[in-house]
Amino acid sequence: MARMTMREAISKALWEEMERDENVFIQGEEVGVWGGTYAVTKGFLDRFGEKRVRDTPIAEAAIVGSAIGAALVGLRPVAELMTINFAFAAMDHIVNEAPKLHYMFGGQFKLPLVIRAVSGGGRQLAATHSQTPDAIFAHFPGLKVVSPGTPADAKGLLKSAIRSDDPVLFIENATLYQAKGEVPEDEDYLEPIGKSKIQREGEDVTIVAYSKTVQLAMEAADMLAEDGIEAEIVDLRSLRPLDMEPVIESFKRTNRAVVAEEGWRGYGVGSEVSARIYELAFDYVDAPVKRVAQAEVPLPYNQRLEQLAIVQTEDIYNAAKEVIYG
Amino acid sequence: MAEVVTMPKLGFDMDEGKLVRWVIPEGDPVEKGAVIAEIETDKATVEVESGYAGVMFRHLAEEDTALPVNAPIAVIADEGEEPSEDEIDSLVKEAGGEAPEKAPTKEDKPEEEAEEKEEKEETEEESVEEEDADVTPAGGVRSSPLARRMAEDHDIELKKIEGSGPQGRVVKKDVEDYLESMRQEGREEEAEAVERVLEPMPAFAPGEAPEDEVVEMSRLRQAIGKRMQNSNQNFPHFYLTRNYKTDQMMALRKDINQLLPEGEKISVNDFIVKAVALALRRYPNLNASIEDKTHIRRHGQVNVGVAVAVEGGLMTVVCKDADQKPVRLIAREVREMAIRARERKVKNEDIEGSTFSISNLGMYAIDNFAAIINPPEAAILAVGAVQKVPDVVDGEVVVASRMKATLSADHRVTDGAEAAEFMEVLADYLEEPMRLLL
Repeated sequence: MARMTMREAISKALWEEMERDENVFIQGEEVGVWGGTYAVTKGFLDRFGEKRVRDTPIAEAAIVGSAIGAALVGLRPVAELMTINFAFAAMDHIVNEAPKLHYMFGGQFKLPLVIRAVSGGGRQLAATHSQTPDAIFAHFPGLKVVSPGTPADAKGLLKSAIRSDDPVLFIENATLYQAKGEVPEDEDYLEPIGKSKIQREGEDVTIVAYSKTVQLAMEAADMLAEDGIEAEIVDLRSLRPLDMEPVIESFKRTNRAVVAEEGWRGYGVGSEVSARIYELAFDYVDAPVKRVAQAEVPLPYNQRLEQLAIVQTEDIYNAAKEVIYG
Repeated sequence: MAEVVTMPKLGFDMDEGKLVRWVIPEGDPVEKGAVIAEIETDKATVEVESGYAGVMFRHLAEEDTALPVNAPIAVIADEGEEPSEDEIDSLVKEAGGEAPEKAPTKEDKPEEEAEEKEEKEETEEESVEEEDADVTPAGGVRSSPLARRMAEDHDIELKKIEGSGPQGRVVKKDVEDYLESMRQEGREEEAEAVERVLEPMPAFAPGEAPEDEVVEMSRLRQAIGKRMQNSNQNFPHFYLTRNYKTDQMMALRKDINQLLPEGEKISVNDFIVKAVALALRRYPNLNASIEDKTHIRRHGQVNVGVAVAVEGGLMTVVCKDADQKPVRLIAREVREMAIRARERKVKNEDIEGSTFSISNLGMYAIDNFAAIINPPEAAILAVGAVQKVPDVVDGEVVVASRMKATLSADHRVTDGAEAAEFMEVLADYLEEPMRLLL
């Protein structure tokens, strides 16, 4: 185990996978000479060369589209999108090509593609660059959508994504790059895609979270513990496939749940998770499931307004208190 | 599918009609177009025809009542169909009427809630959620699915439980608290019965019956046998049963126990010990023993024995001078002696010198029974379970709390009338239990 930041954990996963398999290569805006917008690929160009660390034009459709082509002929591309907000420019490739090819050609092709994209708000990047639209990508069967909440999971899940023969959208939250945690140093450390994980145990209320809200939920759980309330935190880690088993198992004990996501509430992760709770554990429901999400507005640029709009630790804390009528 | 017949509008200026007579009684078949009732408008008496065929399931209005146009007046069901109350309610509501038996009315509470939330929540979406929450639930009790399931498992009526959730919703905690309060109120048997429901009864495996078993009688078993045989064969018992009102006692006990720490709570039996002791003070002839063929000894002390079930038998522990002790002290003494008895660590003074005994099988949900006198005492009181029963007060049926007790008395010492008076005085104490605290 080594203590490191999420940034280092992701970088390490990429590095190790590129060392392990020469078919793995990365491409995206500023991944080479500049070392990545978030410095994830610093030093990669020197080590792996221009052929495997490819700076691209500002053309997301080309970044993803050419990566799909490379994957179809047997390479294992990792395409980086500077922010997930730019994924909309590559939407056809991401949701209409990548998830469908394996199916539409009767399994003749595999598509070992990873798209890394940076999501999340709170850094005063204004309405068009601060979105957390993770849920819309999870809508499409055929595309795996993964988003870790801890450095260890980031490493283990990214390595699994690169080794997967299916297209995976790997979403990193921009505010989590500095988050620290213990990370296994094993080069074959893999976390399974499509498995939720209990990040903290408790008996009073279930908090379902992923990505940034896992960190917020941990803080909220500390606050709740001071009030004598033990929260159980289930980290979804993958939005598709969505593993509800730990959620349901936990809910059957606590009978109360809060689902926290950074994106908008409507048609969101909380909507999906709470609907499944009602479907799978109706007889265990003791209070309506509470969804915590950002305000239904384009995110403001103004710092104070932006902070008011996005999910804070207190929102999760308050929601937990509300569902247990505490 | 059941259908609702409504008050017809007969003429443009009719806004209400008086139902004069039902032509088709409840339970009778109805043909489409058949006359089911007669109504009177301010102009004429006319007949109401059924638009549906089936069975007259329910008259929603009595004869000689005036009803507005379109008000539901009857429910016609398919043959063999038994619409539930909820179905009828929703049908009637659909037809624009009010449910015959009103569910609890919506109060202003939701607004309060909504206001609280308004600050935080912003979209139109939210207001929809709030409105949804305002719908009065079927059956009139707002409850969580989990609470409903628990209540069903435990065979409890949700109506009896006070909800602590938003808008009075009954939630898990309320059901748990209710079970706990049943225990507190001495309805252990009810609570235990409820718990038993949760654990399936073991099924007997088919196969050969086991061999007979001959076991040695313990000395305790032998002693009980000898004593009881002697008493039952030689002393002329007679029995008097009385049904005591225990509403006040249960309420008082609840209040008192709220002030007492766990492990020091007062049981129903502790009140009975005190009440019996005070009643005996007034009827010394029942606090007595046969001295010899021509004498009765009336004891100066009132020492109340309490029968305690122990492994393989029973023992009677003795609360001495119970008439002079506060209930809380009686409770503590009896509790401690009972523990010693069960652990076979009883002291001699725990079981000596009783002048009257009480045997209480209320915790086993026994309604009433007769005990054998514990010699040389003159009487024993057998106490049954405290139960909720219907009672008639001012012509209304209400839920009341009752407990039966049967006195077995030695006819050599006392007679029916005196024993009955004793039971009467006991009622004064048990039914107005404040007296026990004075």
